Amino acid sequence: MRAWFFSENAYHLLPDKSEYDSIRVKLPNRYYDPKIGADLYHRFIDEWQIAEDLGLEIMVNEHHQTATNLNPSAAVVMGALARDTRKARLLILGNPIANRREPVRVAEEMAMVDVYSRGRLECGFVRGVPYEISAGNHRPTRMQERFWEAHDLIVKAWTSHDGPFNWEGKYFHHRQVNIWPRPYQEPHPPIWITALSPSNAGDVGERGYVVACFLTGFEGTQAVFGAYRARRAELKLSTPPLDRFAYAALVYVGETDEEGYAGAKKLMWYLESNKVPPQFTSPPGYHPTASTVNTMKGAVPGIFKMFQNPALGPLMENGLVFAGNPDSVYRQIMKMYDHVGGFGHLLIMGQAGFLDHDETVKGMQMFVREVYPRLKELR
Amino acid sequence: MASTTHQAWLTVNNVRLEVLGRGQGRPIVWLHGEDGLDPSAPFLEMLAAHGQVLAPSHPGFGHSPDASSVDTVDDLAYLYLDLLAEGNLRDAVLIGSSLGGWIAAEMAVRSTERLRGLVLVAPLGIKIGDRESRDIPDIFALPPAEVLRLQYRDPERAAFDPSKLSDDQLTVIARNREATALYAWEPYFHNPKLRQRLHRIKVPTLLLWGVDDRFVSAANYGAAYRDSIPGARLETIDRAGHFPHLEQPEALVEKVQAFLGDRRG
Repeated sequence: MRAWFFSENAYHLLPDKSEYDSIRVKLPNRYYDPKIGADLYHRFIDEWQIAEDLGLEIMVNEHHQTATNLNPSAAVVMGALARDTRKARLLILGNPIANRREPVRVAEEMAMVDVYSRGRLECGFVRGVPYEISAGNHRPTRMQERFWEAHDLIVKAWTSHDGPFNWEGKYFHHRQVNIWPRPYQEPHPPIWITALSPSNAGDVGERGYVVACFLTGFEGTQAVFGAYRARRAELKLSTPPLDRFAYAALVYVGETDEEGYAGAKKLMWYLESNKVPPQFTSPPGYHPTASTVNTMKGAVPGIFKMFQNPALGPLMENGLVFAGNPDSVYRQIMKMYDHVGGFGHLLIMGQAGFLDHDETVKGMQMFVREVYPRLKELR
Repeated sequence: MASTTHQAWLTVNNVRLEVLGRGQGRPIVWLHGEDGLDPSAPFLEMLAAHGQVLAPSHPGFGHSPDASSVDTVDDLAYLYLDLLAEGNLRDAVLIGSSLGGWIAAEMAVRSTERLRGLVLVAPLGIKIGDRESRDIPDIFALPPAEVLRLQYRDPERAAFDPSKLSDDQLTVIARNREATALYAWEPYFHNPKLRQRLHRIKVPTLLLWGVDDRFVSAANYGAAYRDSIPGARLETIDRAGHFPHLEQPEALVEKVQAFLGDRRG
């Protein structure tokens, strides 16, 4: 198993939650102090460099119009990391390509980071969380269709080397596609795609990409990974190795369980601060109609109940948080691993909110020294 | 005369539509708005006293399936022009509410050949302010209760208790919202070119507006619409918000009846 250190670059110095109704989309940026923000950017880049020094791989993501994540362009921060690191794999998970006007621009940026890093880019494509819809002004309906058309155009742009090709699709038009630079890796950087539901996971499985699950817990993750494996079996494609599966959780390793839990509680800022009203969590068409109907009837899927009222106990029981002393964390990870048929990548959300630099680094060091060696043996 | 009611399915250019038919006589085509079509709404029965009401649910609304070939109001306008032609309807009265009013206006700037008159009930579809003016409140960014407050004189009447509705009814509500996003997301509830084309509408046109419409006002949006269509009249309906067919069905149908009477002479 490979482990990836991931931070959302949050801006956590916010007024009391009662003073705003949404941390996403509409929180005025007067609450953001660019001088503090500059310090935070440098701190987070330092932490990614430390992660590399410790032997971890690096992951960044992007969100828009939110204090929970100050990377509105994953390509920009990864451009800096491509220069400041030497050996770590660099995962962007990912580019929200259903919300992007210009897939060709994404192909260019990703090719640039890939060349710049001498072939260390792992390129993720994501649909994006529902709060990205208003931030990107993009229509929440028929996103899947738009997503795959953007993907097809990007892959073709990466792999065409004989001058311009033409693209006049349903969603995107570009008559002279001929990107410079082309990617460093052949035929192109490895592709990762996140999936929250089994239906999308099958499409990812069919293409043999890495499928990633974020905080989906035991049952959700098993359903996604299972659908991936089932689609490949159905199509008589090769059995996917472990490195096709990734799971993201909040992880904090302490010397004792108490220290681990204390770190994890600070990481839970991700969940506690995510105050978002329904018009942004459920834009029409984003969720399947049947689940919208269930929501109207008041049914909240188990996993979302935990986000509404996050508490460490239930989050750990359901596999969204791995925390405690090294043996505890190892056991928790293995419980998830065994439940979902194994996975080859652990995406560590290892910094958030008020977890300071020293605490962040200590959590990483403890993980690398005490837990990672045991996980590396899984292949 | 007993009115006949039927729920039927029509296929127009391979697009399958759920169509409510009621009454007999001259064709009255009703194009619903974001609220969808409630077959039990009293205004339908009242309208049917004056002709044969044909009320399709737009693709994605009600029980009409999504159609991959249809994703813009432009597509809907051509779809319903084809529906008029395939049914060989003549002298039809075309009525549209809100989103449906936008569709009706888009049809009329293309062809009024089969129309006797046009009734636009608080239609959307045009841009009147500058680029930083939000002519139409952003229903996708407002709290749901605020959207109801803007659209209904009495928001209470639009509130519903999900536990009292069937899964089918809830599914229709969810689909109506999804289809609204499909057609109206961007440009938001308008076609930047529509206003400059409205002069092409040569049939008698009546604009109806709820006095208490807090969503788009008669004085501002309604007047701009009226001024863009030659000879159009703008009349208001008391004690009604953005959907007067729901809040004041009798008054709405009376206005339509008077308009039809005018045309007869």
